[in-house]
Amino acid sequence: DIDGVGRKYYLELVLEDVLDKDSTVNCTAEVLYHLGNNNIAPDVQVTLEGELKNTDEADNIFYHRIKSLEKELVAENIPDSYGNVPPEMEPIRLLAWVASGYVIWQNSTENTKFQLAQIKHVKQVKRSDEYLEFDYMILLHEMVSQEIIPWQMTVLWHPQHGVKVTQ
Amino acid sequence: DQVFHIVPETFQQVQHLQHLCSTLLLDLWKPQLPEDIWAGEDVHTRVPASLVKEVKDSLDHHMISYKVLIPDVQELVDQSMPKERNSHRQVPEGYVYTQYHPMEEIYQWMTQIQKSNSELVTQHYLGKTVENRTMYYLQISQPSDKTKKIVWMDCGIHAREWISPAFCQWFVKEILQNYKSDPTISRFLQNLDLYVLPVLNIDGYIYSWEKDRLWRKNRSPHMNGTCYGTDLNRNFNSSWGSIGVSYNCSSEIFCGSGPESEPETRAVAQFIESRKSDILCYLTIHSYGQYILTPYGSTTKPPSNSEELMHVAEKAAAALMGKYGTSYKVGSTSLILYNNSGSSRDWAHMIGIPLSYTFELRDKGTHGFLLPSYQIQPTCEETM
Repeated sequence: DIDGVGRKYYLELVLEDVLDKDSTVNCTAEVLYHLGNNNIAPDVQVTLEGELKNTDEADNIFYHRIKSLEKELVAENIPDSYGNVPPEMEPIRLLAWVASGYVIWQNSTENTKFQLAQIKHVKQVKRSDEYLEFDYMILLHEMVSQEIIPWQMTVLWHPQHGVKVTQ
Repeated sequence: DQVFHIVPETFQQVQHLQHLCSTLLLDLWKPQLPEDIWAGEDVHTRVPASLVKEVKDSLDHHMISYKVLIPDVQELVDQSMPKERNSHRQVPEGYVYTQYHPMEEIYQWMTQIQKSNSELVTQHYLGKTVENRTMYYLQISQPSDKTKKIVWMDCGIHAREWISPAFCQWFVKEILQNYKSDPTISRFLQNLDLYVLPVLNIDGYIYSWEKDRLWRKNRSPHMNGTCYGTDLNRNFNSSWGSIGVSYNCSSEIFCGSGPESEPETRAVAQFIESRKSDILCYLTIHSYGQYILTPYGSTTKPPSNSEELMHVAEKAAAALMGKYGTSYKVGSTSLILYNNSGSSRDWAHMIGIPLSYTFELRDKGTHGFLLPSYQIQPTCEETM
């Protein structure tokens, strides 16, 4: 506890590659939840003790696949009721996961535990610049209240420039 | 219905085709709009069965060449439907335990299971749901002179946790398939009776299949039918309404108008109360999170037999992990998860059932409630 400021947590974490369970990286983090005001996102500092895998090849394949689509990508219910995700939608889902991480961070307090439950709807928005843009309608599950919260997010992505989320 | 592949050669043919599409309201697959039809370019259109002859005659009359691309659209649709829902046989011999089943099929499964295993299994009436559906539990009991203690397990108290009823069905199958050959199961049944309620919240489960996959509560109407559902796992008479609940119907953790206000809750509570002196263990199966939770949720004060509770749970978690390496956290709800009151597990312990546990099955949030069916088998196997 830090008087007048909030509560700080010191964490030691292991990051595990979702696509390769044997690939792990240790890291440490400091998270500061601000006193009183629940409208400010917690401060987060992360230090990686190691390197993240290079994903250029997969990134570029996905990037070019989407760029060369004639019609804008549109999809819904990922995963579907039975938990299935068509293989070509896997990157779309992973992107939503990353982007929802940002949304979750911005909305977390010491009393919340969010998970991405489902992508209700995703629509690609064609851009004249080099970014890919996707409009997502996602459902977040909050563990304590058990509520399902719909959330609209616009996600920009580029293999070299990373992810940007505008709510 | 058929899909036609047409290539108009001349401007007149293009015009005729456009006319045909607009007047007959044909479902143009390629291009998107009639105005995008050009001479020499492919046209694909779906023609309803009733109009096939008329369209063919018209194309012939105007000397427009065409080919039938898809002779039977419905056949293609049926083939492309996810295997999940077609071709289920209702008999347990053909019953697919690695897929999720709607309530209708689960009802049929229960009947069949009793029929094919009548020496061991009896189906019993438990009560009725809000929407007047019948709740049944299965009693698995080896005939013997001695009175046996009871292990009770219920699944599906929360509608969206589909892996839970899937586990109850799997569990029953495993017991029945292996009780003669497996010494552990055989000894188990010599000394204990198993009572399994495959779906507690039947109305909610059906609703999650038909209307809203992520529905949690039951379907009791409130406020003149403007709001639905009580969280059955906040509705039991264990510190009811005190913490970790909402008094507002629109919340997912609405505890109801009073303890045991819901018929589903009453059906379970009445039965368990009547047999409590014989019930050794109460298990309630949920998802997700990978936890084995002990009492209580309403207070951090440990239950009287907390050492025993933890010891057994830890052994269970270790055995589970031994199968596929899946790690489960063990502890009391109020300490490792969150506070809640009115849970069935707390209530069971409070009325005297010594071993009372909530299992939260796979996973940890990657899929959450939408656990893919290929995970049904490993989840169930490790949980056995």
